Amino acid sequence: MNLWAYVLRRLLYVIPVILGVCFIIFILFNVFSPDPALLLLGKHATASQIVELRRELGLDRPWVLQYLDIVKSAFTFDFGRSWSTKQEIIYMIKQGAVPSLTISLPSFVIASTVALSISLLVAYFRGKFIDKAGVFLCVALMSISSLAYILFFQWLLAYKWGMFPIAGFESGFPDFIEYIMLPLIIWLILSLGGDVRFYRTVILDEIYQDYVRTARAKGVGERVILFKHVLKNAMIPIITQIVIQIPFLILGALLLEAFFSIPGLGGMTLSAINSSDFPVIKAMTILSAIAYIVFSVITDVLYTVVDPRVRLS
Amino acid sequence: MEDTITITMNSGPKEKDKKSKSLWVHAFDSLKKNKMAMASLSIVVFYLLIACLSFTGLIGGEWAKEIGPAYDSPFWVKWMSGQAASFSIEHLFGTDILGRSVFYKMVKGTEVAMLIGFATGLVTMVIGVILGAVAGYFGGKVDEIIVWFYTTFSSIPGIMLLMAITFILGKGIVAVFLALGLTSWVSLCRLIRADVIRHKNREYVHAAYSVGASHSRRLFLHILPNVFHLVIINFSLTFQTAIKSEVILSYLGLGVQDRPSWGIMIDDAKLELARGVWWQLLAATAAMFVIVLAFNILGDALRDALDPKLKGK
Repeated sequence: MNLWAYVLRRLLYVIPVILGVCFIIFILFNVFSPDPALLLLGKHATASQIVELRRELGLDRPWVLQYLDIVKSAFTFDFGRSWSTKQEIIYMIKQGAVPSLTISLPSFVIASTVALSISLLVAYFRGKFIDKAGVFLCVALMSISSLAYILFFQWLLAYKWGMFPIAGFESGFPDFIEYIMLPLIIWLILSLGGDVRFYRTVILDEIYQDYVRTARAKGVGERVILFKHVLKNAMIPIITQIVIQIPFLILGALLLEAFFSIPGLGGMTLSAINSSDFPVIKAMTILSAIAYIVFSVITDVLYTVVDPRVRLS
Repeated sequence: MEDTITITMNSGPKEKDKKSKSLWVHAFDSLKKNKMAMASLSIVVFYLLIACLSFTGLIGGEWAKEIGPAYDSPFWVKWMSGQAASFSIEHLFGTDILGRSVFYKMVKGTEVAMLIGFATGLVTMVIGVILGAVAGYFGGKVDEIIVWFYTTFSSIPGIMLLMAITFILGKGIVAVFLALGLTSWVSLCRLIRADVIRHKNREYVHAAYSVGASHSRRLFLHILPNVFHLVIINFSLTFQTAIKSEVILSYLGLGVQDRPSWGIMIDDAKLELARGVWWQLLAATAAMFVIVLAFNILGDALRDALDPKLKGK
């Protein structure tokens, strides 16, 4: 199949998926959720107050129109106002994106680099003690709750040893560094186990291929094989894995932002969850879903460009 | 293919065995040789036993009883600081804010964790297997709809779905495992679909058709047993992910109500650590670490044993 035809088909498929996402959001928040008017007004609301508020929020409109509202917001990015802060949601999102990216981007780059280096190391020593210990350590790291990590390191490094500020955020280049250090360290620990294991699997997948045996047979050194031959081929799934994680960076790290009072999108989402601020929750859900869909199209297309075998199937 | 044949012929000291062993017996044999896997299996059995004993009220039933002052430190901590304290199992991890035994709470939490893990695994299994098998077997429009459905579903960040579903279902243990199950079936569904597609045109399925087996008979009686190893591997993965996710739900205030769980214990620690009370965090994290690690190792071993193609990755 022609590459452009493939790209076009892949792009067209985005539309039904976005409509589907809107439908799930509609079902969850407009049809089945507890009446937001009751949630907002509390137990002692009078019937007329409830009717009034329902009209104000547009909840008395026919369901088809409510669904179309969500679809419209997915394409225009006009999500209306937050119920609790009364601000334009798109403005809140623009405000929150910078702090979120300030912590997630450096953390992500550093964590991916470290994970990839470690996985190359353990793959080089595959089957040996270092490899086995490394894999066990990864699994052990993954077996502890993320909440426990955050609590422990915040308490130990910030509260007890005073190495970092306990929480807070400052924008602007040199100022933010001290605030993102601890979240960065915790991010690294949280993602290391899973990442190293994944990259190692990908690399080992390649190491047992025929072309590696050929290279070895003609006398290429193990290091050259690993870095030149294997890594190049393993890069395809590795890049896929990295690209597909990018949308989650935009969403920010919910727990980390909440614990370190970073005024980003993750913290915003969490407080929206706590205060049943449906428009904000819906907006964040739609945005992150769209980001995910877009980036999965990008990965798929990249995949076919890099590896023409994919298109044939 | 040739590899498999040679391996079966070479593994022939047991040629005198008249009846050939099934995949499951083979898998269990290779599992028995793996010491780590057997240790993990016994840990899982031990936890299940604790959960059963706790469920019947034989142990941990008195978790709500006040056994000492609030935030009483564990007896061994008192020993280390030179204070006199007598050994007692209920003081192994000190007491919480209400003077209740953290040890008993941990035991009771085991019951909750095992219940959540098991029920979540079950929900995931039912949805994933049915949708995946139907999509793969019937293909065409049915397949397209199911693929669209899970693509849509997986585009929405899990935490948003979790939150929305617990919001609708209300709070409590049933809501927790339903929400976790409803958000974790996609990967199993994908795997089952792909494997059913691979199997549906094999000769044994045609043979079943030729002797008049119906669609459901061919799908559930003939094909499904051949892809069921995926379900088992996935079950052990879902089990431990659910235990970890329960912590996050507890942090969001959407977790189990009116009984102790590891998630609630870890969440409580956010107020306790600054006062130097770390034993509740330790108890819950340690209990969780052991079982999640055991499930991780067991899951890997199961994958190696049941899916020999993936061996060593």
